[in-house]
Amino acid sequence: MSENTKTLEVSVWRGTQEGGAFETFSVPAQESQTVLDVVSWIQQSADPTLTYRYACRVGMCGSCAMMVNGQPRWTCRTHVSRVLDGNRLEIAPLRNLPVIKDLAADMDPFFDKWIKAGGVHRPSRTRHEPIQEVSPEEPGRVEANKAIECINCSVCYAACDTVAGNEDYLGPAALQRAWTLYNDEKVQDRGAILDAVSGSDGCLNCHTQGSCTRYCPNELDPLSAIAGLKRAVATSFFRRRA
Amino acid sequence: MKLKPHRTHPLWLAYMLHRVSGLGLALFLPAHFYVLAMAVSRPGSLDYFLNFAANPLVKVAEFGLVFLLAIHFFGGLRLLALEFLPWSARQKSLAAASVAGAFLVSGTFLLRAV
Repeated sequence: MSENTKTLEVSVWRGTQEGGAFETFSVPAQESQTVLDVVSWIQQSADPTLTYRYACRVGMCGSCAMMVNGQPRWTCRTHVSRVLDGNRLEIAPLRNLPVIKDLAADMDPFFDKWIKAGGVHRPSRTRHEPIQEVSPEEPGRVEANKAIECINCSVCYAACDTVAGNEDYLGPAALQRAWTLYNDEKVQDRGAILDAVSGSDGCLNCHTQGSCTRYCPNELDPLSAIAGLKRAVATSFFRRRA
Repeated sequence: MKLKPHRTHPLWLAYMLHRVSGLGLALFLPAHFYVLAMAVSRPGSLDYFLNFAANPLVKVAEFGLVFLLAIHFFGGLRLLALEFLPWSARQKSLAAASVAGAFLVSGTFLLRAV
C-alpha cells in the first residue's frame, strides 16, 4: 500500500500562555486517520512530553477540540484526508481560551460563562411533588430539543470573532444553553434567564457572523438560538414598558 | 490580505460586507452634504461639480455608491428579519439574495445612467 509510505508534515503548537512556537513532526500517513490519531502518534512515538486532551475518541465527550489548519474542529472525528493542505497539517490549541500547555486549552472561562448565562437547571418543582409531564410535541420542547446534543467542546466559542473582540461575551454555547432553558416548560423564572443574557456581555453583542453554526461538529445552530434570545429580550423590553 | 481560515464562509462575508458598506457610506455622507450645501452657498461651484459628475467615470463610481447603499439596505433588512421574524434556516440564501438585490438595483442605475 503506497498510502502507508507517505508522511504528513505536522506543525504542532508547543508552549504555554507565556509563549511558544510551532514544532514540525513527520508523521506516517494512514488510511482513515483522524487528526487525534496524528496527535497521539506524535505523543506516543516522537515526543512524550506533548500535552493534549481527549477521552472518548467517538465525538461524545467534547474534550479533544483543537484548531486544525486555522479552523476549530473536534479532532477525534475529523479525518486527516478532509483537512489536509497538501501534506501539511497545522494543529494549535483552541482559540479564545488561555493555553495550559501545548494543545491543552484552559476551558474554565468557557464553563464559567455557561454558569453565568444561567446554564444551571433551576427546577420549578421539588422532589416531593409529582413529576411534571412534558409533551414532546409542545413547541417550546421542540425548540429546546434542538440544542440538547451540545457536548461543550467549545468549537463554537473558538470560532466566534465576537468572543475574540470582547472577552466578557458569554459566547454561543452558553447562550444556546440559556435559549434551551428559556424554552423548557419545567423552568419557571424565564425573566431571570433573560436578565442573565441581556447585559453588556450577553446575546445583544452577537454580530451574526454565524461561525458558531458553521463549525458546530454536532450540526447544532447557536446562531438561531441567539436570534431567539434577542427576539425574546426585545419583546420583554417592550412589554415591560407598555 | 488573506482571510483567516475560520472566516471563509458566506455568513461571515455577509457580515463583513455589511460593515464595510456602512463605513463606506459614512465616509461618503460628509462629502454628499458638502456638495448639497453648495446649492445655497456657492451655486457656481455646484454647477461646475454637476458638469464634472456627468463624466462616465464618475457614473461608474456612482454605481459603486448605489451598490454600497443597496447592499447595506438589503443587508439591514436581512438582519432585521433574522432577529425579529420567526427563524428561517435559509440564512445563506437570504445573504445571497441581498447581494443579488444590490446588484439588480445598482446595475439598473448604471444602465439608466449611461
